[in-house]
Amino acid sequence: MAELPDPSAPMIEMRNVNKWYGEFQVLKDISLTVAKGERVVICGPSGSGKSTAIRCINRLEQHQSGQIFVEGVELTDQIKNIEHVRREVGMVFQQFNLFPHLSVLDNLTLAPRRVRHQSRKETEALAMEYLARVRIAEQAHKFPSQLSGGQQQRVAIARALCMEPHILLFDEPTSALDPEMIKEVLDVMVELAESHMTMICVTHEMGFAKTVADKVIFMDHGQIVEVAPPDEFFSQPKNERTKLFLSQVLKH
Amino acid sequence: MVTLSLADIIPFLLLAARWTLLLSAIAFVGGATGATLLLLWRYGAPKVGGVATSLYIQLFQGTPLLLQLFLVFFGLPLLGVEVSPLAAAGIALTCYASAFLAEIWRGCVDAIPRGQWDASASLGMNFLTQMRYVILPQSLKIAVPPTVGFLVQLLKSTALASIVGFNELTRSGQIVANATFQPFLIYGLVALIYFAMCYPLTVGSRVLERRMRISR
Repeated sequence: MAELPDPSAPMIEMRNVNKWYGEFQVLKDISLTVAKGERVVICGPSGSGKSTAIRCINRLEQHQSGQIFVEGVELTDQIKNIEHVRREVGMVFQQFNLFPHLSVLDNLTLAPRRVRHQSRKETEALAMEYLARVRIAEQAHKFPSQLSGGQQQRVAIARALCMEPHILLFDEPTSALDPEMIKEVLDVMVELAESHMTMICVTHEMGFAKTVADKVIFMDHGQIVEVAPPDEFFSQPKNERTKLFLSQVLKH
Repeated sequence: MVTLSLADIIPFLLLAARWTLLLSAIAFVGGATGATLLLLWRYGAPKVGGVATSLYIQLFQGTPLLLQLFLVFFGLPLLGVEVSPLAAAGIALTCYASAFLAEIWRGCVDAIPRGQWDASASLGMNFLTQMRYVILPQSLKIAVPPTVGFLVQLLKSTALASIVGFNELTRSGQIVANATFQPFLIYGLVALIYFAMCYPLTVGSRVLERRMRISR
């Protein structure tokens, strides 16, 4: 039986989460709480475990010890719990991962139709609304390969939104984009943040972190090294490793 | 020696070719069904299903089809099940085709990038929904050429069923050749008929492949 969501619980809670790939420990004692409407940015050098950490939240990766709760539902091997959580948590990937054999519109309507069993008419109206919101409605009948990277990523955001999730996870959403396309994606993300969507965003875009984040998390070697509101995080980082990282990414 | 004109021989062989086609169809439909079940088991339950299906595939890929045919034809009666030559050949070829098609299609499923599984899972799709709407439609495109290639091979392999006494094209050819003492002519005709059945498959596959590429 799936547990019922607890309305008073935080949106996401990770308690002492550990994960290993064989001998290598990717996540060390990760504890993290995200409240409703909170916008969290996770940064850190590559290989620090930040992507793995958010992939645990919708169980694309399994953790080996500790607990993860999403809206009060614990992620375990229980397939019912996993599917429940995945319906409430949307994800946007670095490589977009659109379905190449489906049109943009069908990319958006597939999950609402096959997972939430909504009618085609209903889901198409919903899809067009979200496509308009990411300013790409005129591309609805094209295929993903006919779009630019920035357009594909905006479609991917709209696709996640069509499931009307309570939480959105972003896994380096602008890292695979050409520089001139980064802004169009970030603009959409800023709008989402302003609409008080609960968001966790793994990104190197420090400008984005400064503008929208409620808190910034710095990870290194599988650990959370520092958590602070953005103004404090950028002006007075406490940890030496954070200072080094910031000096490297903010140099330009 | 019997004197038979080509007007007698050709219709006789063509009628026998119907049995070759029937046996091929049974083996292909049976094999496709078997392979689908094997794949669903493999991907649906990676631990048990993965080991079991790989064992099955190794077993049938690692033994000659002729022996599989013998084992079914002579083995089932030992268990008290009498089988006709057609049934024996149908069962053996189905098992054989299941193993090969499962292996071919596994490659086609594995060729789909990991991100497609991630994205569909993150949207809340369960395994069967992911397979049905995301993974298989993409795998299908790359699966057409090797599948048709195997189908051609399967059709030719039905010739082995002649050994357990099933009257398909090859065995009918043997019968006529023995009666007329014109083996070169008869087996030449038999080969031509096999070619006439296989060639359209190859052409069809090429057309299908091209059409899929155009429709993306």
